[in-house]
Amino acid sequence: MYGWFWRHLPGSVPVRVLLALLTLALVVVVLFTVVFPQVEPLLPFSDVTVDGDG
Amino acid sequence: MTAPTRTSRELPVGLPSRRPTVLQGVGELLLTVGVLLLLLCVYEVYGTNLVTEREQRQLGRDLSESWAAAPGGPGRPVAREPPLGRAFARLYLPRLDGTRPLVVVQGVSVADLKKGPGHLPGSALPGELGNLVLSGHRTTYGAPFSELDRLRDGDAVVVETRDSWFTYRVEAQQVVLPTAVEVTYPVPGRAGAAPTRRLLTLTTCNPKYSARERLIVSGQLEDRQPTSAGRPAALGEA
Repeated sequence: MYGWFWRHLPGSVPVRVLLALLTLALVVVVLFTVVFPQVEPLLPFSDVTVDGDG
Repeated sequence: MTAPTRTSRELPVGLPSRRPTVLQGVGELLLTVGVLLLLLCVYEVYGTNLVTEREQRQLGRDLSESWAAAPGGPGRPVAREPPLGRAFARLYLPRLDGTRPLVVVQGVSVADLKKGPGHLPGSALPGELGNLVLSGHRTTYGAPFSELDRLRDGDAVVVETRDSWFTYRVEAQQVVLPTAVEVTYPVPGRAGAAPTRRLLTLTTCNPKYSARERLIVSGQLEDRQPTSAGRPAALGEA
């Protein structure tokens, strides 16, 4: 799938590298600001109270 | 000269075809999942701390402004339960953090605890008869109670409110199951009993990075003084 992505990037190699890095940065930002905060509560690190549902 | 039959995108003859195979796709997928999981770990260990640091700074400023705008009376406990998510006290653990306080919020929901240690709604307020129950993260989200196991009997736990300083002394430490709600009762272990002591209970998860058990640190109120009397002696111990 990375090969497919690379072949569909426009421009010369330096332009493609730049676009690929920008896409990567965008993906990481979305992960850290949107995806991970939603996923995180599903992990057990938040269970700090005694409430019987631990 | 024979006309070239391959385009510039193709590898020279003799090397494996560059056309993706199913196996290659699976490999890339697995690598991607691995990188995603690593990034999630980075978020857990570092990202969540940044979230809480930002919240604590903001809450600390809000609290200072609110207290400066309406200074409290002499030595009164918090009058009534604050709204959920609202900061209403500072918690000092001199043994662990020196004099760096944690801002305590009302409530122990996932959202509340992202801001800092939370006060169990319905449990005693600072200085009140009964059991003041505070819960906090052992790991992630600033990990305010990360080193709670280092507290020893006799250590001071100081709570600052708008009106007063409350100095509690640690009396016991235990590890219980997550279902042990009785440690939060006004009289721990005795449902419905009328409290005669002013207790403090700190709860967090145990062991670190696990939700298997809870670490419980209990203490009793030793001293209180109005904020006008200055910082309590216990904060000088660190």
